[in-house]
Amino acid sequence: MSDNRFKDHLGRPIVAVTGMGVITSLGQGLQDNWAALTSGTSGIHKITRFPTEKLSTRISGTVDFIAVPAENSVERSFAFARETTAEALAQAGLSGDFEGPLFLAAPPVEPEWSDRFALADRAPPSKSEGDAYDRFLAAMRQRPDPVFLEAVQFGSISERLADTFGTRGLPVTLSTACASGATAIQLGVEAIRQGRTDRALTVATDGSVSAEALIRFSLLSALSTQNDPPEKASKPFSKDRDGFVIAEGAATLVLESLESAVARGAKILGIMKGCGEKADHFHRTRSSPDGGPAIATIRAALADAGMDEGGIGYINAHGTSTPENDKMEYGSMLAVFGDRLKDIPVSSNKSMIGHTLTAAGAVEAVFSFQTMLTGTLPPTINYTNPDPTIVLDVVPNTKRNASPKAVLSNSFGFGGQNASLVMALEPA
Amino acid sequence: MKSDNDVVITGIGIVTCQGVGKEPHVALLSATEAGSPKVETERFAPYPIHPMPEIDWSTQIAKRGDQRQMENWQRLGVFSAGLALDDAGLKTDADACASMDMIVAAGGGERDIKVDSLIVDEALKRNDREMLLNEKLTTELRPTLFLAQLSNLVAGNISIVHKVTGSSRTFMGEESAGISAVETAFHRIRSGQSSHSLVGGAFVAERADIILLVEGIQAHATGDWRPIWSRSAGDGGGMIMGSVGAFLVLESRAHAKARGAHIYAVIDAIEGDRGPRDEGKLEARLARLAGHASGVPANDTVVFSGTSGIVDLAARERAVLDKEFPGAPVRGFGGVTGHGMEAQFPLGLALAALSLDGAARVPTFDVKNEKPMTTAVKHAVVTTVGYTRGEGLAVLSADA
Repeated sequence: MSDNRFKDHLGRPIVAVTGMGVITSLGQGLQDNWAALTSGTSGIHKITRFPTEKLSTRISGTVDFIAVPAENSVERSFAFARETTAEALAQAGLSGDFEGPLFLAAPPVEPEWSDRFALADRAPPSKSEGDAYDRFLAAMRQRPDPVFLEAVQFGSISERLADTFGTRGLPVTLSTACASGATAIQLGVEAIRQGRTDRALTVATDGSVSAEALIRFSLLSALSTQNDPPEKASKPFSKDRDGFVIAEGAATLVLESLESAVARGAKILGIMKGCGEKADHFHRTRSSPDGGPAIATIRAALADAGMDEGGIGYINAHGTSTPENDKMEYGSMLAVFGDRLKDIPVSSNKSMIGHTLTAAGAVEAVFSFQTMLTGTLPPTINYTNPDPTIVLDVVPNTKRNASPKAVLSNSFGFGGQNASLVMALEPA
Repeated sequence: MKSDNDVVITGIGIVTCQGVGKEPHVALLSATEAGSPKVETERFAPYPIHPMPEIDWSTQIAKRGDQRQMENWQRLGVFSAGLALDDAGLKTDADACASMDMIVAAGGGERDIKVDSLIVDEALKRNDREMLLNEKLTTELRPTLFLAQLSNLVAGNISIVHKVTGSSRTFMGEESAGISAVETAFHRIRSGQSSHSLVGGAFVAERADIILLVEGIQAHATGDWRPIWSRSAGDGGGMIMGSVGAFLVLESRAHAKARGAHIYAVIDAIEGDRGPRDEGKLEARLARLAGHASGVPANDTVVFSGTSGIVDLAARERAVLDKEFPGAPVRGFGGVTGHGMEAQFPLGLALAALSLDGAARVPTFDVKNEKPMTTAVKHAVVTTVGYTRGEGLAVLSADA
């Protein structure tokens, strides 16, 4: 028997969050992360994973404290996701097979350079210019390498998570660039609302920082080059912001229909009230200057949540610290919230953890719930030189006590990807 | 029984070695003999592949500037998506595109082979390889290449070129990505979360960097082309990759009816699964998935198997199909198109929909191992068994 307590404004099952786990450069686990985040600590540091000579950006928020059997982005991304999922399931009080679908936001993967070098070392000599892959193929014919294949399969992270945690069905591995984490959550919400499942495991992970990944973003002029000191580089909404700081991390949220969570006596951490998305057709890396798609995304999330602008007490900004994003995001929020925006605290976790890319939307969703649960707004650090054209209460530099009942979290990415989430403590 | 929430196929965009668009594929599906497909055996010898047909990109990607921002794989996706939109009659319907949902099954990872070659050649002479990487990548890498091979930029470019912006999601994970893409779109439409969706994927086989990945487990067939059920372990792994673009426009029946759209076929059921494959577990899963077609009469059903051709997997899948669908003819479509990886499952649905729409008697794709069809097709089962993991099955019916 279902009753109205468990249905939302559109008669759909209400989706609760019953478990959360997180890893960022600040540490492993929600408690450590939250302590660091609310004390204004930065996890950004000099890169030690690879040499940075000749690189214009030499800092990042890599996660270097989780042991992996091999240094590659699949192993790291899997290990982070495994850890955050174990944490989330423990908090949810779930053990044994999860028996629900898995939605995983994971970075696109490619062979590591060390693998290419190893192939070149055992390959026949070059016969003509540009024939490296013909030689690699000759080497591979002589001695196949299943480990090499597995490390470049996009499905290999979800495969291992599915086996480890006993999820059901075919897991979805997705990428919507920097909105991926939010999209994973959205897919989980949709599956529960469809009535296909009572619970969904939503995971986002990114352990893909390598020399080439960094250089690629550098070549697009997306990264901060303010290397010294590293912890001051990410300065969202500041006048002298000059790019994002690339980072790693992961987060897991256990989503359940409120009805089934209550039925099994689970502790309800919060409600995933609404999700919104709208793609942008303006440019591959730049958002529409008028912010139209971002505005539509925020409005869609509010509408999906059955709320108006007045219900939002805090905004967890995308806030990448790139000149363009922060300006566009401000304009979009201003269009939606109007004059009231200046009275809504808006902070960017990325000032401390950098941009965790694929993981960001989920990492920041976890922190959004924690903001409501603890009554503490994490600050935007490095806010000493405000951008005068962005008039926001960014919770500058120091945490603040406040009790928002509902939070908006934005995620925007390359390829015209936009997703926003509305989260609340209570169903109503 | 018809319902407003039925998920119907109203647009098909398809490119394979058989040709561009639905016409050559309708011709294939309604021919008395399938003939031999186009195969390229020289360029990547010893690996045969099914090449892209000649494509005039500008018919679907009008701006040269847009074409230049993509590698062939993204171009093929954007091109095929355009074909599907055109076919559905939605290409010029700005409102429909602006509210259209999109799920793209994407791979990625195309490399600049010249730059990679230059770096590994230089590295053979040096000990400071990581330093070399920093030097060469910062100077040799084209900034736009990153975007031209980035997984979610097929969808991004579809938004830019075709203005599809209701939503944009990219699924990854080889064949499973294509299965999940259609499965997710299906359930969203069925439950009323979406009224019309563009779903599909693209794959370009003609790249040594992509061929290399699969050779990690020596999955490729070698030497000459053979029909898909006739490949043996003596000629490599059995898989012949094909360049494929396959997109579908899916709609709720209500949405399609309201705008008077042509309905190719109805998707009755679809499910993906995965798990260990040893000790009969693959067979058990496939048999369970086959249960979705339990109500379908065998005599007017065709089974479009998306087998990769990998010798052992093909034989195991075939044994299950012959047991679960006795009497229904099986067509291993990858034999005449090549294995389309992320695009394989959408391709199977596209071929099934065209067959159902034309009430075709689909010719055999492997004369020795497939039996002729005697009845016009009214139902179709589409399978895809991933070459390393993941399985999917869909059941389609003619819109009687």
